[in-house]
Amino acid sequence: MEAVFFYLFGGLALISAALVVFQRKPVHSAMALIFTFFCIAALYLLLEAEFIAVIQVLVYAGAIMVLFLFVIMLLNLEKEQEVEAGGDRFRKWLGGFMAVLAFLLLTPVWALQMLPAFKGTFPPEKIQEVGNTVWVARLLFTDYLLPFEVASILLLAAIVGAVFFAMKRS
Amino acid sequence: MITLSHYLILAAALFTLGVIGVFVRRNAIVIFMCIELMLNAVNLTFIAIAHHLQALEGQIFVFFVMTVAAAEVAVGLAIIVVIFRNRQTILVDEIDLLKG
Repeated sequence: MEAVFFYLFGGLALISAALVVFQRKPVHSAMALIFTFFCIAALYLLLEAEFIAVIQVLVYAGAIMVLFLFVIMLLNLEKEQEVEAGGDRFRKWLGGFMAVLAFLLLTPVWALQMLPAFKGTFPPEKIQEVGNTVWVARLLFTDYLLPFEVASILLLAAIVGAVFFAMKRS
Repeated sequence: MITLSHYLILAAALFTLGVIGVFVRRNAIVIFMCIELMLNAVNLTFIAIAHHLQALEGQIFVFFVMTVAAAEVAVGLAIIVVIFRNRQTILVDEIDLLKG
């Protein structure tokens, strides 16, 4: 059963990710990217990370992609679509070469034996007691409280920066 | 039986598609979307290894990666809007002021 869902959502994620890269219109790319995010959220559910799966849908597929769609609609991108049709051959070869290189570097599965053999402090039974979200919250507000607060400052800085950039200079 | 290596290979493939997009596309917004795709591939790796090692810390890391991604998108898209306002294009090979 797990295998069926893995291949279904993994395959869909790969297909829609390829559509993100090779669609000519930015709006179509954005739609494909939203679908990819949903498929990845389903994979998170398979990996028993319920909280992260919900956050993925809310933050990525919701907030971030709405920002992308807003900007795409704000800008008038007709010229870009025509130029994108004709491609630079050197750039395509370089892209293909880098892709092969990255894939070969990223998939040394035999290196998995070097992963530590010990298990972490959260076996499935312990997580099942109160649920994934409760444990994530406990970690977040105890051991990782300082990074959590720093993240809030980072978001504030991002808001200020975005408003500053978007302001019309007189 | 789905093992850790299945998830890692899937994440590597997603990351590779993002790399192709960054190299092949010229529209700055689409390049930005490809970067998001790569971030998601890394998040998938984090979650898969956290599941394998029975550690919850990987999920905390993904939470912070998402925070940084949200901040990055807000600032990056603002920069793209400003570039478009000043130069009427967001094709990355026409934005070459620093090239000299």
